[in-house]
Amino acid sequence: MKKTISVTVNGVTHQNEIEPRLLLVQYIRDVLNLTGTHVGCETSLCGACTVMVDGQAVKSCTMLAAQADGSTVTTIEGLAQGGELHPVQSGFWEHHGLQCGYCTPGMIMASAQILQRNPDPTDEEIRHGLEGNLCRCTGYQNIVQAVQCAAKKMKSKSVAR
Amino acid sequence: MIPASFDYIAAKSLDEAISLLATHKDDAKILAGGHSLLPAMKLRLMQPKVLIDLGRIKELSYIKEEAGQLRIGAMTTHFQVETSDLLRRVCPLLPETATQLGDMQVRNKGTIGGSVAHSDPAADWPAAILALDAEIVATSARGDRVIKATSFFVEMLTTALEPGEILREIRIPGGKGKSGQAYVKVRHPASGFAVVGVAVNLAADGGKCQSAGVGITGVSPKAYRAANVESGLKGNALDAKTLSAAAAHAADGVDINSDLYASAEYRKQLATVYTRRALEIAASRLK
Ligand SMILES: Cc1cc2nc3c(=O)[nH]c(=O)nc-3n(C[C@H](O)[C@H](O)[C@H](O)COP(=O)(O)OP(=O)(O)OC[C@H]3O[C@@H](n4cnc5c(N)ncnc54)[C@H](O)[C@@H]3O)c2cc1C
Ligand code: FES
Ligand code: FES
Repeated sequence: MKKTISVTVNGVTHQNEIEPRLLLVQYIRDVLNLTGTHVGCETSLCGACTVMVDGQAVKSCTMLAAQADGSTVTTIEGLAQGGELHPVQSGFWEHHGLQCGYCTPGMIMASAQILQRNPDPTDEEIRHGLEGNLCRCTGYQNIVQAVQCAAKKMKSKSVAR
Repeated sequence: MIPASFDYIAAKSLDEAISLLATHKDDAKILAGGHSLLPAMKLRLMQPKVLIDLGRIKELSYIKEEAGQLRIGAMTTHFQVETSDLLRRVCPLLPETATQLGDMQVRNKGTIGGSVAHSDPAADWPAAILALDAEIVATSARGDRVIKATSFFVEMLTTALEPGEILREIRIPGGKGKSGQAYVKVRHPASGFAVVGVAVNLAADGGKCQSAGVGITGVSPKAYRAANVESGLKGNALDAKTLSAAAAHAADGVDINSDLYASAEYRKQLATVYTRRALEIAASRLK
């Protein structure tokens, strides 16, 4: 039995008729054509598919689109505001926090959540927060530096305000 | 990886979920965080015809003190347990367990009730629930039923929940006197699940151990209370020699799991060493 869902993704509300077994990541990529969210493992392990649902970073390959009915979703495409990169995005840019880039959307979404909860994390806290995100290229060191850089950017921004 | 087709119903209240489960019976599965169920459905290890989602039932998500107990609603996420100020103060074992479970995204979505109902032999919660001598409240059209944690975990992926029952709440008895708790874990490097996980809840008075709860997961097809470890502690001064002698009984009388990552012999050794470490940490925290 098909089901109609209404989901607000990056500020735009969508209504679609879906099969209950449609995964949130398929809804985002194949129905809404937002292909910034990646599918790495399909088995809940790699974190490439991480998006925010009602402010919580989740692996969208392990959630049904139907579970997101009525929710607000932010994907990597919705992070930059007014043409300006999110501090985590510019941190990854400046510190070379990526090589092939496959893991990057998920890494950035998870990092944004880490900093939202803990504006001043230690390296160890960043690594603990990113345990659910695998990167086969960077060796993680530059990712941790990128997140530290983002933390500084966000702090100086909030002081300036 | 796409699950087989099913119907999806988002229950609006616990009563509605109970009556939906009574209608659809064995065809239906409860959906909590979906972080054990959906992976199994994607692999088609499970093919329920109907999913009854508890995700919108706000009344199932809480952590509170009531009637001298701590009460945790089934749909409380691992993250909510991890960050609860109340629990950090009165039952730090639970946040310490939560923070070692899975990863941040899994903790954001997975629930304590879902994990306990699922009863994975390598899950973390069962160890803590056993060490704390918790009770599990199951509810159905017939009303509530309270089940002791020690009789809840029946075998691998099997609990004392009966058809038509929903796990509603977990109750933890209030502590008496000085207590010291700890959870230590050997994480499987790929899955994050417990190769061995040991939860300890000690109470002491006048330097002597008054009560000891030791729950162990990962070692055996179901999590268990290490009775011989506990009896080696009770009534004794908690010095290094006592702790180490008691820990030697960590895997007494249980079938020990063996897999590619850890043979039964190695697991047994890990269980002994990690039980000793957990006891040492818990004893050092007695206050
Ligand atoms: C990548 C990954 C890593 C993980 N690592 C760990 C780990 O290190 N340690 C660990 O312990 N767990 C781990 N998990 C499992 C995670 O903790 C799950 O959240 C948990 O096991 C199940 O909870 P859930 O809310 O997701 O339940 P679901 O998956 O929704 O349900 C699980 C089962 O329980 C039943 N059920 C759920 N709620 C109820 C209820 N209230 N009443 C009756 N039946 C119910 C369902 O029908 C289903 O059969 C991991 C999961 C993933 C995906
Ligand atoms: S694709 Fe979702 S965790 Fe890997
Ligand atoms: S940059 Fe290639 S996987 Fe992370």
